[in-house]
Amino acid sequence: MQQSNAHRLQVVLPGDALPVYEHKLKLGPGLIQDEDQIIAVKGGVLKHQPAGNKYWVESNQRRYVAATGDPIIGVITQKGGEFFRVDIGAAHSAVLSYYAFENATKRYRPNHDVGTLIYARISQANKDMEPELECVNPATGRADGYGELKGGQVAKCSLGLARRLLETETPILKDLGDHIPFETAIGLNGRIWINADTTKNTIVVINAIKDSEKYPESQSRQVVSNHLSKW
Amino acid sequence: MVKELEASNNEKSFILEALREGIRLDYREKHDFRPLRFFFGPNYGHVEVHLGATKILVKVSCEVTHPYPDRASEGILILNTEISPMAIPSLDIGRPSEDEVLVSRILERAIKRSRAIDTEGLCIVAGEKVWTIRVDIHFLEHDGNIIDAACIAALTALSHFRRPEVTLVGTDVTIHPVEQRNPVPLSVHHMPICVTFAFFDNGEILVVDPSLQEEQIREGDMTITLNDHREICALSKAGGIELNMDKIVLCSKIATARVTEIHDQIKKALEKDSESR
Repeated sequence: MQQSNAHRLQVVLPGDALPVYEHKLKLGPGLIQDEDQIIAVKGGVLKHQPAGNKYWVESNQRRYVAATGDPIIGVITQKGGEFFRVDIGAAHSAVLSYYAFENATKRYRPNHDVGTLIYARISQANKDMEPELECVNPATGRADGYGELKGGQVAKCSLGLARRLLETETPILKDLGDHIPFETAIGLNGRIWINADTTKNTIVVINAIKDSEKYPESQSRQVVSNHLSKW
Repeated sequence: MVKELEASNNEKSFILEALREGIRLDYREKHDFRPLRFFFGPNYGHVEVHLGATKILVKVSCEVTHPYPDRASEGILILNTEISPMAIPSLDIGRPSEDEVLVSRILERAIKRSRAIDTEGLCIVAGEKVWTIRVDIHFLEHDGNIIDAACIAALTALSHFRRPEVTLVGTDVTIHPVEQRNPVPLSVHHMPICVTFAFFDNGEILVVDPSLQEEQIREGDMTITLNDHREICALSKAGGIELNMDKIVLCSKIATARVTEIHDQIKKALEKDSESR
């Protein structure tokens, strides 16, 4: 593999073999190991992160495939003896243990009803198993913003848009925030949660964010003012 | 397989609150349809209709077959609905879902039972040869109200479709290929169009053309099928909350207005397409 640097986009297609000579590397979504070869299983841009020597393929899609470490928004669909079952929009529902919450102990269990919105992190994703979620940072034992989402509204969007919204240089959230104060949680499973002061403002924010996907970032201010003038 | 996704409690309370304030999630008024867009394919009878984000593709085709023995002088109209997991990921493959059955029955009633297409005109030789018109309805994307979108798409495609011309000399039937003679359109008696309502708050709030999120939390629904002469062809209310007479009359009045608008849009789209051909 050429040393992928930030200035070069390397596009891979499904079936492309990437000759990798390094021994220690981590594969993310879109890449699998087949004996001594690394093979791309989906089309997209090959991404590399030098910290940890991670490689993965990025492309836009609408159906979510669980990947370890992704923040996601899910809906509780079932309460079991030891865990919640959570719909995350993937092919299988995920499990969220009662102990994967801040301050949770055997005696103190989190109490969430069916239908509750949960912001969580995927702690384990394996293609042969149900994904597992956690609402706590295992290193510190703190919630770090994960947990139940109260009020507000969720909307679906493409996975590419969700990923871009989580990048700091994407302007749309900041441009909207200049006009409307709002809270947000973005799930890499293509769900965004918005809570603004009024119903109307929440709707404007959701529609502006969804619409921003169709315009270049340079026009994000215009998108915002377009939507502000709808009401 | 994952069960059909239930809306979260947050969505339920948010949408209801918004509707009580008189607003909807896409800036629409309660009695408005989403914008309709038509895309015609290279061949006659190939139409894609977008109703907001709901996308339906319809392909009409024809072949010469034997008629049904009890209807020797009538052509055959087949409506085939295909809902794939592409549109509804929670769908079980191979088994028709409740939704699919409901959609195809309403369409059947709206288009076939209301005799929108002149089937007698499709007869070539009585008892021997008739045209079978097949309408394949594919659901590409489901963002609510697939019934209305499918009905609009199917009728647009049927009006757009041309079948090859046939000449009859004695008992000799000649089917002229489309390249030799101009194909002929089907004779469409009238255009029955479905308008679906969703009810919330015990029927106090009624909404036209519900989106997927609205459909997930509605308390009841009703579909009225009206044609361009303002005649009610069918009315379907499968379960949900009860409604009193006034509400139904109100719905039919709203539906009349919507049908006139939709009919104009279909006509304009068809005219625009025939100019560009």
